[in-house]
Amino acid sequence: MDIQVRVWRQDGPSDKGRMVSYDVKDISPDASFLEMLDVLNEKLILDGDDPVAFDHDCREGICGMCGMMINGVAHGPERATTTCQLHMRHFSDGDVIDVEPWRAAAFPVIKDLVVDRGAFDSIIQAGGYISAPTGTAPDAHATPVPKADADAAFEAATCIGCGACVAACPNGSSMLFTAAKVSHLGLLPQGQPERDSRVLDMIAAQDEAGFGGCTNAGECTTVCPKGIPLTLIGRLNADYRNALRKG
Amino acid sequence: MTKAPVRKPVPATRSTVSLKLLMAVTGLLLVAFLFAHMTGNLKLFVGPENFDHYAHWLRTLGTPLLPETWYLWIQRAGLTVALIGHIAAATILARRARKARPVRYAHRPKVQGSYAARTMRWGGVIVLLFVIYHILDLTTGTVNPAGGDSEPSARVIADFAPGRWYVTLFYTLAIVAVGLHLRHGIFSAVRTLGQRSPRGERRARQAALVLSLVLVIGYLSVPFAVLTGLVG
Ligand code: HEM
Ligand code: FES
Repeated sequence: MDIQVRVWRQDGPSDKGRMVSYDVKDISPDASFLEMLDVLNEKLILDGDDPVAFDHDCREGICGMCGMMINGVAHGPERATTTCQLHMRHFSDGDVIDVEPWRAAAFPVIKDLVVDRGAFDSIIQAGGYISAPTGTAPDAHATPVPKADADAAFEAATCIGCGACVAACPNGSSMLFTAAKVSHLGLLPQGQPERDSRVLDMIAAQDEAGFGGCTNAGECTTVCPKGIPLTLIGRLNADYRNALRKG
Repeated sequence: MTKAPVRKPVPATRSTVSLKLLMAVTGLLLVAFLFAHMTGNLKLFVGPENFDHYAHWLRTLGTPLLPETWYLWIQRAGLTVALIGHIAAATILARRARKARPVRYAHRPKVQGSYAARTMRWGGVIVLLFVIYHILDLTTGTVNPAGGDSEPSARVIADFAPGRWYVTLFYTLAIVAVGLHLRHGIFSAVRTLGQRSPRGERRARQAALVLSLVLVIGYLSVPFAVLTGLVG
């Protein structure tokens, strides 16, 4: 299939940037979106042009590196799918596809489609840990966890930190990410000692990084490749209120 | 790699989550008022005298413990403080949201998300303008054809007379704006206050829809009853 992509090109953090159109010919419908960009880059390199910079690593939908805005939708038109797992068969011959980087003050563009998601690291550093005693690993059944809690914690833990929630949020908020991390640890017995300080500190770090506030619009869940549910934001809010009350 | 902070740290009481808590509490207080106010309005269907009697009773409420009209003024002060808190938090959060996305997307389809959720801010501003007009119209009577010294029922009936269809039109648009604001707002408030089960979410969304519809129908029934001559 032949398509046209309009890609955001930006030489560096201080460059203004612009959309540039490229024709990409003879793409297999079975190619992934990233493979389509690979084909484009090979052509650009042959032509002596600068290839389009984009992040990727596993190409298996588990590392969270490959986020980009495809026709205005984070990770493109397929639900619960990362860009690397999106296939060209979901597009039609002759389509014009717009590709842009995540847009958020907290995620500055490094080059083209690559953004710096270090702000997520600062949220994790603020509270995404437990204090575990060192020494031999405890027995697996030393701390029983109810099945329902284990399942819910696991669901939250599937967040790969790709940043699609921020990219899609009309407020540029990272609430779904932070809620997933707060819930993942807060649902487990090991996460209880820091439960109050964790939610306060992670929200403070989120605000400080320049993310917006949540308006429960739900755009984040819609594009989340792991389907992290919006209900976790309610859990974060409840934890936050508890922590505030205890002072 | 960790990034340099974009914004100065703020105390927990002014975090985005705390500001949302303030919006939720003040918003729900305003919703409670809207239901009480609607009940009063519907008394017009019992009869203009009944409605006027109710309006006078509001002024004697709390007596003899409180001097006359004191209760009313306390309620007005409370509602004003709630509205100011609600709008102040909304303004701070809207500015933070704007700063959080300095560069817009070139391609952004509007189809996602609910209309109500997308129009919270502008809808809120319309509601505020309406509230100001509404007070000048039916509380002080400043812009009412029957004037401030008339009975409350006379003001309502003069207001929505067929010749003044544009007033009814504006009133209708404003009430629909309130309905949309609350269709998302009531659900959002419940979530902000910590609702977190999928079943509870479905219920909260349904409750938000039903309560908003009841308000819209309740508030619109009065002007349309006057317009069609059913009352007055
Ligand atoms: C009759 C008056 C009003 C009522 C009853 C009301 C009620 C509510 C409620 C219950 C919420 C949900 C709080 C939450 O998200 O946790 C809300 C949110 C909001 N309100 Fe109001 N409000 C009123 C007037 C206004 C006005 C005058 C403005 C702006 C000038 C405004 C702007 C907003 C905004 C921006 C939100 C947050 C949007 C969101 O959560 O998605 N509201 N309101
Ligand atoms: S490249 Fe790892 S999730 Fe897409």
